[in-house]
Formats: sequence, C-alpha cells, structure tokens
Amino acid sequence: MIYLDNAATTLYKPEGVIEAVVNAMQTAGNAARGAHSASLGAAGMVYDTRRKLAALFGCPRADHVAFTPNATAALNIAIYGLLAPGEHAITTDLEHNSVLRPLYDLEERGMALDFVPADRRGCIRYEDFEALIKPNTKAIVCTHASNLTGNALDIVRIAGIAHRHGAYLIVDAAQTAGSFPIDMTAMGIDVLCFTGHKGLMGPQGTGGLCVRPDVELRPLLRGGSGVQSHNRHQPDNYPTRLEAGTLNSHGIAGLNAAVDYLSSEGVETLYRREHERMEQFYDGVSAIDGVTVYGDFSAARRAAIVSLNVRDFDSSMVADVLFTDYGIATRAGAHCAPRMHAALGTTDQGAVRFSFSPFNTEEEIRTAVEAIREISQE
Amino acid sequence: MRAKLPRLVVTFSTTAAAMEMERYCQANGISGRLIPTPREITADCGLAWSAPSEAESAVLQAANNGCIEYAAVYHLVI
Repeated sequence: MIYLDNAATTLYKPEGVIEAVVNAMQTAGNAARGAHSASLGAAGMVYDTRRKLAALFGCPRADHVAFTPNATAALNIAIYGLLAPGEHAITTDLEHNSVLRPLYDLEERGMALDFVPADRRGCIRYEDFEALIKPNTKAIVCTHASNLTGNALDIVRIAGIAHRHGAYLIVDAAQTAGSFPIDMTAMGIDVLCFTGHKGLMGPQGTGGLCVRPDVELRPLLRGGSGVQSHNRHQPDNYPTRLEAGTLNSHGIAGLNAAVDYLSSEGVETLYRREHERMEQFYDGVSAIDGVTVYGDFSAARRAAIVSLNVRDFDSSMVADVLFTDYGIATRAGAHCAPRMHAALGTTDQGAVRFSFSPFNTEEEIRTAVEAIREISQE
Repeated sequence: MRAKLPRLVVTFSTTAAAMEMERYCQANGISGRLIPTPREITADCGLAWSAPSEAESAVLQAANNGCIEYAAVYHLVI
C-alpha cells in the first residue's frame, strides 16, 4: 500500500515509539496513584513527556501541558473552559468539526459566534478579524493549517489582533504539531491544542493542550486525580485541573519517544522532506488536464496536503479506484470540514485528499501522479 | 474510471454498524465490500456496503439476521 493519508494519522511510527509503548505496557503502573516503583516510574515518564512537549512547543511551564486522548478533547477543554454564554468568539471557515461543533453548541446556549470567511482558494483576509471584534470578544479559535487544503494561517498576526483587543487565542494544531516548528510563546498562542498521532508520529489516543500560564481554564471533566482526595472539587492546579481519571501512560510513553525522534531528526528537516514529496505530487497533478487542485500553493509554509478532484467524478469513487486498482490510500468526502468545502464549492463532490509524510518516496509519488493521470483519461 | 456496474449500496448511520455489517457478511459468505459512500447519497457514515444488485435479498437478510441497523438501501450504477 502507498499510504497518502497522513493527515488522518501517520501510519509509519519510529521504531522507538513502538518499543516504548510495549515497554510501558510491561512496566507502567498508574501515574500519580501510588508511591511504589511501578506508579512512580509511570509518573516520572509522564512528567518527562510534559517537559519534552513544553520544550518542543515553547510552553513556559511543563505543568501547563495537560494530556488528552486527542486534539478534539483538547479543543473541547479549551473552548468550554474559556468561553461561556454572553461572550463572543471568532473563528474561520477553515475549521474542522472539532472546533465547529463545540462552538455551535455554545452558540445555541447564548454565545455569539462570527466567522472569518474563506475564498475559493481557501484563503482568508486578516482584516476580517479586526472587523468582527466586539467589546465582549473573549477568544479567537482557529486552526494552524486546514486539514483540507493545507493552507496555513498566520498565527502571529492573528495573535496580535486578539491580544490588542484583550482576547485569547486558541489554536488547533492537529495538522501542524510535529510538522511545523511551533513556539507558542513567541507566536502569542494562549492555548495550543495538539494530537499525538499525526505529525508527532506517536500513538493514537494521545494528545493534549499547552496552556499559557495565567490563562484560567475551567475544568471540563471532574474525577480521580490521585491528589486532594477529600476535596469535593477538581484540584485547581495545572495539569491536574484538566486531567480527571487515569492517564494513557502507555500511549504517553510512545509520545515521549516520538518527541525524542523529532528532536533528533529536526522538525524543520522532516518538514522539508515531506514538502518535497508534496511539491512533487502537486507539480505532477497540476499539469494533468481535468484535475482541479484546491488551496494556496504560493505560501511559504503550508501543511503537506494536496486535495483535488478529477473532472466531475465522485471523489469517493476516485478514492475507491485509487485504493482498489492502485493500492493508494487517500481520504475522500467531507473531511469533517463542512465550511471549508462550502467555501471551495465542493460540498456535493467532496475532494480527494492526498497527505504526505517524510517517509513517502519519490517512486510512490510518481505512481500516485500516474494513477491520477490514468483516471483522468477514462 | 473503471466500467460502471449496477450495485446495491447499503448505508449506515454509524461506522460501528458498517463494521458489524462487514464482519457479519464475511463470516456468513455474503458477497460485497465496504466502499466510501458515493456522494450522490446523503449518509451520516462515510462507509457503505456495496454488493452486486442481485444479492439484495441475501444482503438485507444478513442485516436483519445480524440485527444490524442500516440507514437506507440504494440501487446505483457505480
């Protein structure tokens, strides 16, 4: 199989990640639930992972890195923890349902919500954020890069707008954590939400959020914490405030090893490698008659994603032919990004998304381009 | 694209139901396979069960026998 669905999850995991998960499953007790060696070993490993992620993402404090099962859970914690009825939030057409659905839910409960629109290339105008700011704007919530087009947003610019008006910035880094260099402090991000199983190349079931110190998030879940057991409330201190229940120590051990791998290889090096593959594919398919590619490929930095359609062919059927006839794994359909598809004009047709990893080869890309060429000629 | 053929397409409201359908049909020798849901169909789940049109009664019988909730049944040329 030629795996080009890395925006859904990276299939190739560094060997060290797999070994770390297996080792943790043989040795890890419940972190922060005892003083014996199995529990302490797990707690130490979990804390070490917080430190490594804080360093990777420029989070000033390791104890402000909280673990979740995925980016969706992190975004729910951030959005419900910061926003409430009576307040106002701004987001964009680029968003995934992990951002949209919590915001729509809050809107139904009385929060005001506005969208920065995207054009047919999936691009926004940053002035639109300014125009939408209100006196009660509490936060801007936006993706770092679209999971459909790969277009990246200028987070520094958006942070500047938010902070000038006293609002917070919550960033969905599902498509960029591990793939883009991210320094949340330098970029002005107040809450960075990430998943562990995509660009970070860790196990599924891992993710988290990095919270800038002084940002107060209300807990979304309440429960076991291993500390302050006689307290009727979820403890106030980070990260326990946001982590009710047993952590996924086995997965976090894999994430720990994944960050080691990224650090040794270099995020920028891996970014360049997957972008070479993306550009090779883009150059190949762009020249094929009948192929429509979506997104802005003129930007200096973008996620390694190319979404396209072939003539008026059903995107689901193109993806099915790619897999059954060529062994190429892609993702068709709506990609949990309904507003992005609406902006691109692809609500009915959907699109076929190709997403790359540093481990894809030139030969794989050549095969994928030829497959699209053959499909386009039928 | 490959030659289009008349197919029975069964849709589901959840991925869990689609997985259950695949498991049941494979275990009981019922023809078909999971495909991405064709865009001309409105469905909540991105996976649908596709089988030769003539297998309709066997496929629907399998869904009933397996207590698998499906959303709708279509006859498409895909």
